[in-house]
This record gives sequence, structure tokens and C-alpha cells, in this order.
Amino acid sequence: MTLTSLSIVDFWIILAAALCAAACALLGNFLVLRKMSMMGDAISHAVLPGLAVAFLLTGSVASVPMFIGAAVVGVLTAFFTEWVHSAGKVDEGASMGVVFTGLFALGLLLIVQAADHVDLDPSCVLYGAVELSPLDTVMLAGYEVPRAVAVLSVVLLIDALVVLLFYKELKISSFDPSLATTLGINSRFMHYLLMTLVAVTTVASFETVGSILVVAMLIVPPATAHLLTDRLGVMIWLSLVLAVASAVLGHFGAIWIPSLFGFASTTTAGMMAVATGLLFGLAVLLAPRYGVLSKVRHRATLSLRILREDVLGILARAEERALTGHDADRPLERVAGVPETLTTEELREATLARPLSLRMALWQMVRRGEIAPSDGRYGLTDRGRSQGRDLIRSHRLWETYLARHLNLAGDHVHVPADRLEHVTDMAERLDADLDRPGQDPHDAQIPRPG
Amino acid sequence: MSEYLPSAEAVIRVLTLQDYNTRVVVLGTGLLGLAAGVIGTFMLLRKRALLGDALSHATLPGIALIFLFVTLAGGAGKSLAVLLSGAVITGVMGVGTILFLRHQTRLKEDAALGIVLSVFFGAGVAVLGVVQGMESGHAAGLESFIYGKTASMISSDAMLIGAAGLLVAVACTVLYKEFKLLCFDAGFAASQGSPVIWLDVLMMALVVTVTVIGLQAVGLILVIALLVIPPASARFWTDRMLPLLVAAALVGGIGAMLGAAASALVPRLPSGAMIVVTMTVVFLLSMVFGRARGVLPRYLEHRGLSRRILRQNLLRALYEWAEERSDGHEPLTPEQASGKAMPFGDLLAERSWSIKQLRQMLLRAKGKGLVEQVLGQDDWYLAPHGLEEARRVVRNHRLWETFLIHFADVAPSHVDRDADAIEHVLEPVMIERLERLLGEEHLPPMPGSPHAVAAGGRGADRRGGVSA
Repeated sequence: MTLTSLSIVDFWIILAAALCAAACALLGNFLVLRKMSMMGDAISHAVLPGLAVAFLLTGSVASVPMFIGAAVVGVLTAFFTEWVHSAGKVDEGASMGVVFTGLFALGLLLIVQAADHVDLDPSCVLYGAVELSPLDTVMLAGYEVPRAVAVLSVVLLIDALVVLLFYKELKISSFDPSLATTLGINSRFMHYLLMTLVAVTTVASFETVGSILVVAMLIVPPATAHLLTDRLGVMIWLSLVLAVASAVLGHFGAIWIPSLFGFASTTTAGMMAVATGLLFGLAVLLAPRYGVLSKVRHRATLSLRILREDVLGILARAEERALTGHDADRPLERVAGVPETLTTEELREATLARPLSLRMALWQMVRRGEIAPSDGRYGLTDRGRSQGRDLIRSHRLWETYLARHLNLAGDHVHVPADRLEHVTDMAERLDADLDRPGQDPHDAQIPRPG
Repeated sequence: MSEYLPSAEAVIRVLTLQDYNTRVVVLGTGLLGLAAGVIGTFMLLRKRALLGDALSHATLPGIALIFLFVTLAGGAGKSLAVLLSGAVITGVMGVGTILFLRHQTRLKEDAALGIVLSVFFGAGVAVLGVVQGMESGHAAGLESFIYGKTASMISSDAMLIGAAGLLVAVACTVLYKEFKLLCFDAGFAASQGSPVIWLDVLMMALVVTVTVIGLQAVGLILVIALLVIPPASARFWTDRMLPLLVAAALVGGIGAMLGAAASALVPRLPSGAMIVVTMTVVFLLSMVFGRARGVLPRYLEHRGLSRRILRQNLLRALYEWAEERSDGHEPLTPEQASGKAMPFGDLLAERSWSIKQLRQMLLRAKGKGLVEQVLGQDDWYLAPHGLEEARRVVRNHRLWETFLIHFADVAPSHVDRDADAIEHVLEPVMIERLERLLGEEHLPPMPGSPHAVAAGGRGADRRGGVSA
């Protein structure tokens, strides 16, 4: 399968799938933000009895009565769930579970009763058959267009119009229902409006992706977009792009992936769900801000920086012990037998870091010109010395601050100061606040900046 | 329709469980329902009711994949044990993914559930699509995992299911105390040295077990109903943990048995749907009639309370009307009360009750012998029996007002409304304490109203106030 052999059939299938995915994803943004994702699942299951009753009443599989029947039951699902939750004081998840399984089971029984007369296959409701959509066409403005494409276009248009019209209301009532109420927005109305749209879209999407995969299109692209951005407008557009991408990937995946293992092609709808799941997985791993990898990297960078600063502080203290003479007018004197450089092993014991992390930190510091190795021992360079002095200064200022303002005992200030010392940019304010102290609570000299 | 109806003979055969196979299937499914009801109760209390839904959908790719692999390898892909082991693998993966998404990303529980449910199910559908395209084409039967079909169960399957159900029920009984603590206060359980994380894992393992073995009987879409409906129904009947578990087990067990029996009678009816519809009926009945939380008992209780409040308000209005028109601070005598009847119009102005409401109330009170009507007039007064209750209500009201003025520093002009709300629910113990607290000077048989406008009642305020 290559792009050149993309036939008109493939084009219609992809278009139908993409329209369906986009319509679902558009509404799904609000479901995800309102923490009502499972409502999409409940509605998509529960419309089954609507389809069955419409069939039993009219005796035909004509689209319009079934459409109406299913949409009505879909809204009723939302209504019943709310009712069982409030009147029966049942946990919200449980009330949803009771309502949709009850309705679905009822629908199954009704369909089995009806099935003798007509091929109303529950699996068709469950899986959808987008591959067959090009076969069922309608004439539109002189062109022969698959019915699914026509129906889904209209549904997408309605969804888009309603979302545009009530954008502000939907947004506020999704993020802060009580604010919406104080602003005079009818949250209940917005809730049921959204539920009606979800029901209509779900019903329209049955033929294309089936009831459970509607849930995939409702939830997964918006959830993916939610990981990538904090802005609602961007999130909606991203979710639409992701939805269409899933449709395209799903169709080609359905043809191409089974052929790798020597099988015939599989269902487009199933592969669409897989494709959108893969895109979601990528976002979970790689999202710039909320992705798992970026969190891990952020944490690793931070802990390496802290380790480097600890090493600088330890080396600076070693120098302090090795060289005496704090007064400016006396030259520094070397204390016999106390080295101002340390080995890797000594540093490891002092920092309690893992060997690999420490080696990484030391390597970075050598590269930054903060320390210099000689004979397996590390000593500070001028640059490192100045940074190390800053750290000691920060540490001792914090100790003084904690002792003076938080009334901590002198022997209790070291541990908290050890953490706070990495907040070095507070040093000047602390210094001024403490009236430029000369010594910390342990009578150690606080180095002057520079 | 009639062609689906089984003969009376068949009905009796199934209901009396004469058939060995039917007997095993019905009992096995019953045990499954029982176990699901028990473990579902814990899930409901932990507010994880829908987790089972995502879990059951996540089993589909496992079933389809293991069937594919085993069949390609030349094995018996359709053996129940093989299929269920595949279900366990992806089911556990699904639960793991939900926990990961919830803890490691900014997505909430509902989105995590929806994502796992739909993507795993989609993957399963895709693999099923491949399986159905296979030449050997013996994929038929995998479908029964989606809708459930006890009819296709053989007795060894049913025994496996029953045994697993029994195992889960026994595990829950043994760990009852630990699970209960985990549900109500996980933090406290941890502080008591309970291995909370392992208990949680074990609970999930039991849920996975019930879900997976329930697949064949109920189908993966509806197996969640086994976990949710019995405990949700039982919750309407009791507020105590042990009765709740027993009731949930009963609802689950009986519902499952009835559904399986119905499915055995009419093999074309999907058993899962039958079981769930049976249970839903039980749920609706429980929701209406449930003793502890049912809608009807709660409504009756509420109505009883509001009727009592209305009646007491009526009695107090009549009392204060008569009191205002008599001398002295002594309690009213029946003669004083009957001599000072209150016209209906004044009574109506007393509070914000409607004409219809007041009429109904007067008639009800008259029926109970609390009030009397002056012959030929629309004037009302307290009957001796009503006078007694009115005295108590007025006294409670004034005691509480006095208490508010002396101990809560509420201004005399503000105590009436507060006392109005509480006078109906003051218990005798509370009255005793009030009397002790307020001491001698407030303890005449009927204390005078502590504020100026009391004798005229609320209506006096509205009519522009009366100064003492």
C-alpha cells in the first residue's frame, strides 16, 4: 500500500473516520475537563435500547427514527445517572455503572427479540464498519457522497457551531461551575446541552467506529492535547489534529500492519483506537512540560546541580580548614597535614551520592572549570572557589537566619540550611535583613561576596 | 414471540435443576455473582466502582492475542484456561496503566479509565479483525466473551468459575477486618501496621479474578454490573458493613442464578443481559423501598417530620393567642383555651402557610383530638389533649429563648426565629439540662415570654410590632 495507490474508496473511508473523530474530539475536550470522561462511555453503551425501541416501533431500520430514539436515550442516561446519584445518594461512578449496564442489557434483549426479523447485529453497534461506508451513498449537489460522510459533516458542523456559540459558557462552567453560577450561567443547561451533543455525535458515529471506539475518539485525543498545553483554545485545535491523524494512521495501519505478519487487513476502527492510543503514549512520555521523560530529566538535572553544589561546598570547607588566617591584613597560612584537595572516595563519603551520579557531577564540574583534578585528587579552581564561597556564605546566612528568626537551637540549624543553601539568590536579602552578620551560630566566619 | 417461549416441561426441568449441566452452570454462575457482590462492596466503598469496567474491556486484546498465538502454534486456542490467562495478562496491564496515568500525569481518574478502556478494547477489536480473517476461521465463540453466554458453558467451565468465585468469597471473609479498615480509613490502617499497599494489590487481584471468570457468563461489557449493582442495591437497605456484604452477596448470587436459569431456558437470550436486567430490577426496587436510604422511606420520614413541625406551630399559635387574651402567667386552663378561639383568618396571617395547607392541617389535628372548632364558626381552639402538647412546645420555645439570651448573648429581638427552628427537636434530656442551667427564676410551670412581642406571635411582628 503506497500513497499512489490511494483509491477513492480509501479517501472516503478516511474522510468518514476523520469527520467522526473530529466531532467526537471536539466535545471530548469538555468531558475531560469536567472529569466526566466516563459519561461518554455510559452514553455510548446506553443508546442501544433507543435503537431497538425505535426499530420495534417503526419496524424499519430507517435512520431518522433510530437516530432520534438513540439520542433521546443518550440524554436520558445522563439524566438517570444524575437522578440515581442525587435521589438515591449513590456514588457517581456507581450510579453511572448501574444506569448504563441496565440500559445496555435491556437493549441487548430487545435486539435479540427483534433480530429474527432484521439483521440488527449488536456487534455492528459495537465495532462499527467504516469500511462499508463508501457503499451506502446519497446524492448531494450532484455528487455521489457516502451517507456517513454527509451525516458526520452535518453533526460536526452542529457541534462546532454550538461550541463557538457557547464557548465562554462551556469554558467557565467546565473550569469553575460555581463561578459560572454566580455569573448567571445556567450550569445545568450547559451540562444537558453537552450531553445532548455527545448523544447525537455518538449515535452518528456508530456506523463509523462503533460504540466503544467512540469513547476512544471522545477521550484520548483531548487527553493527549491536555498533556501538551494549558490553553483551552490550543487544546481544542490540537485534539482535532490528533483525531484526524489517528483516523489516517488507523486506516493505513489496518491495512499495513497485519500484512507484515502475513494476515489480511483488520478493522479500521480498532486500529484508529490503537493509533490514538500510541499518540497518547508518545505524549505521556515526551510532552514538554507534563511528560514523564521531561519530569525525570528535570528531576535528574536538579539533583545533579545540587550534587555539584554540595561538592563545591565540601571542597571550599576543606580549603577553609587547610588555610587559616581570616583577617584581611594577615596572609593565609597552611595548616600542616590538612589537605585542601579530596579524592573521589572522600567526596563520595561526604556527599553520600551514588558513584555514577558523583562521577557525572565531577565530569561536569571539570568541564565547567570549577574544579581541577591532579593525581586522582580534586581541588577548586579560582572560579570554583568563588562559587564555593558563595555557597558557604548562603549556608551560614541561612543558619543565622534560622537561629535568629525561627529560634532554632544552634545544633539544629545545619540540616535545614543544607537544603536552603541551594537557594543562593536569597543571600543578599538575608544579609541585609540580618544586619550583615560576621559569624554564623557556630562562630564560623561568613565569607563576604566576591 | 411465542416461538421463543419454552415449554412448561422445560421450565420445570430448569427451575428444579434436574439437568446436571444446567445445575452446574446455574450454581457456578450464582457463586460468581456472590463473589462479585462481596468484592464489589469493597470497591464501591473505595469509590472505585468503574475500575472494573476498564479492567474488563482491557481483557479483550489478551483473549484475542493468546488465541491467535496458541492457534498458530497448533495448540487448542479455545481452551478456557488459555483464554482466561490471556485475559489476566492484559487486564493487569490495563489496571497498571490506569494507576500509572493517575499518579504520573496530570490526567484525572475518569480520563485514565476511559483511555485504557477504549484503547485496549480497540486493540482487541483490531486483533479480532485479524483472527476473523484467518483461514481456519474457528474464531467463532470468542464473541461469547463480549456478550456472555452461559449456554455455551460446559460443566467443567462452570466448575472452574464456581471454584474461583468460592475462593474470592473465602478470601474476602478471611480478610474482612483488614479490607474494612482499608475502605474506611486507609491512613489509620497504615498507622496500625497494616500492609496497606499489599492489601490493595490483593483486593485488585480479587477483582481481576472475578472479572476474568465473569467474562464467559456475563460478557466483558456487562461484567461491571456484577461488581456495581449488588452493592449499590444493598446500600439502600443498611448502613452497617456486615449486613451490607451479606445483602450484596445475596443480590449478586440470586440475580446471577436467575439470569443463568433464564438463559438456559431460552438459549438465544444472552445470559449477561438477563443477569443484568434481573439485577437492575432489584436495584430499582431497593432504591424505592430500601429501609436505610430508599427514596420512599426517606420521603415518608421527611413528610412525617414536616407535618409534626407544622402541627406544633399551629398548636403554639393557638396557645399564644389564648394566652395573650387571658390574665396572669399561669399556664392556660382548658376553660381559658376554649373560651378564646382564634379566627381562621388570624391563624392564616400567623405564618406563611397557604389556605389549603392550613385547612388540611386543622382537619388532621381535629381528627387527632388536638383542636376543636367553635360550632358554626370558623374559629379554632385547643382541645385538652392539644393543650398539653401546646404547653410543652411553648415551654420548650421559651426555655430555649431564655437560654439564648442569658448564655449566648443573643438580643431578645433575635431569639424568636432561632428558637422556632429548634423547639421541635428538643429532647427531654436537653430540656432537663436547660432547666438545671437556667435555675429557679425561669422554672415556673410556664415561663413568660422573655421578649416583648412574644404574646402576639410572629404575626404581631409583621403587623408592625407591638410594644410591651
